[in-house]
Amino acid sequence: MITRNLVAFAFVLSITCAPAFAELGPKDGANLAPTDLERIKVGQPAPDFTLENMDGKLVSLSDFRGKPVVLVFYPADWSPVCGDQVVLYNELLPEFQRFNAALLGASVDNYWSHLAFAKDRKLRFPLLSDFEPKGAVARSYGAYRQQEGISERALFVIDADGKIRWSYLSPLDVNPGAEGILDALEALDSKREVAA
Amino acid sequence: MTKARMIRAKLAVPINEERDHVRGPRAAPVTLVEYGDYECPYCGRAYSVVKDLEQRAGNLVRFVFRNFPLTTVHPHAERAAEEAEAAGAQGKFWEMHDLLFENQQALEDEDLMGYGALVGLDIPRFVRDMRESRYLNRIREDFLSGARSGVNGTPTFFINGLRHDGPWDLATLMAAIEVAAREGRR
Repeated sequence: MITRNLVAFAFVLSITCAPAFAELGPKDGANLAPTDLERIKVGQPAPDFTLENMDGKLVSLSDFRGKPVVLVFYPADWSPVCGDQVVLYNELLPEFQRFNAALLGASVDNYWSHLAFAKDRKLRFPLLSDFEPKGAVARSYGAYRQQEGISERALFVIDADGKIRWSYLSPLDVNPGAEGILDALEALDSKREVAA
Repeated sequence: MTKARMIRAKLAVPINEERDHVRGPRAAPVTLVEYGDYECPYCGRAYSVVKDLEQRAGNLVRFVFRNFPLTTVHPHAERAAEEAEAAGAQGKFWEMHDLLFENQQALEDEDLMGYGALVGLDIPRFVRDMRESRYLNRIREDFLSGARSGVNGTPTFFINGLRHDGPWDLATLMAAIEVAAREGRR
């Protein structure tokens, strides 16, 4: 009986919540395609978002207009592979800064988890909570795993004008490292120098 | 979005005998490179594996160690790397490298000083090098060359310039090295 009530409640919830997802874009709906590699292509504007960081402040992608952004979706705080991945990027912050780039991490974990995780790993870059509606930003980037309810391990390099310049989808259990990001930032840099 | 690449990550900065720490026969058909961190417990395990491997592989392999200290999670790693480099400047890199991995639990500053004496370094010079962090840039160079090569954690191995993914127990590494030796491309 309780189970049936729960199912009914979940059904009602799924209907009432659908309009919130509908704002994400024409391809998004109540039955969002989870991982959609073609959703955003290189050269297209990166979907803007506003998420809470681990200081409780709201951070928007558009805040960073004028500088490149490295956006890192990862499945979950605390899992061993992500641990290595965020620790690696944390060590590389000076290098990202050399390209004047901002680094943002995002997962569906909530603020408290991010806070504890960042403290434990001594992270010096913001982790954003894609928590409510769950995974909405990851979905808008085509980087959400519907079945598991977590984001993909996906990397995006966004240029100073807010356009996607490079993206990479890693197998979930493989730490993608940083060489692709560094190559992409370098390519942006050389383009800028040519233009200047 | 670009899908997982089929090509394995490659060593971005080739081995330079003048600069790199190289152990084993120069003419060996296989070069094994490790990016490692003196405070990382997995690297401690890898240290024994590599030692065994060098014994077994004989003339097949030369071994190169480059620094990849994850300083935020391993607060002693960078200092230990500096110590190994300072010892290297006095021709004692491998003695210090081994000593550090055999004493991973004792990497405080006073421990490091003791190791300097133990391997017989010129102490005033060693103390000066450590105080001035003379080899920090070199460690940073190693770290960046690793990041550009697809090092994604420690230890990361490269066999003849290609990243070795997956397990790195003795049998697996040995098999990979034999394959590389047969392919004969350094």
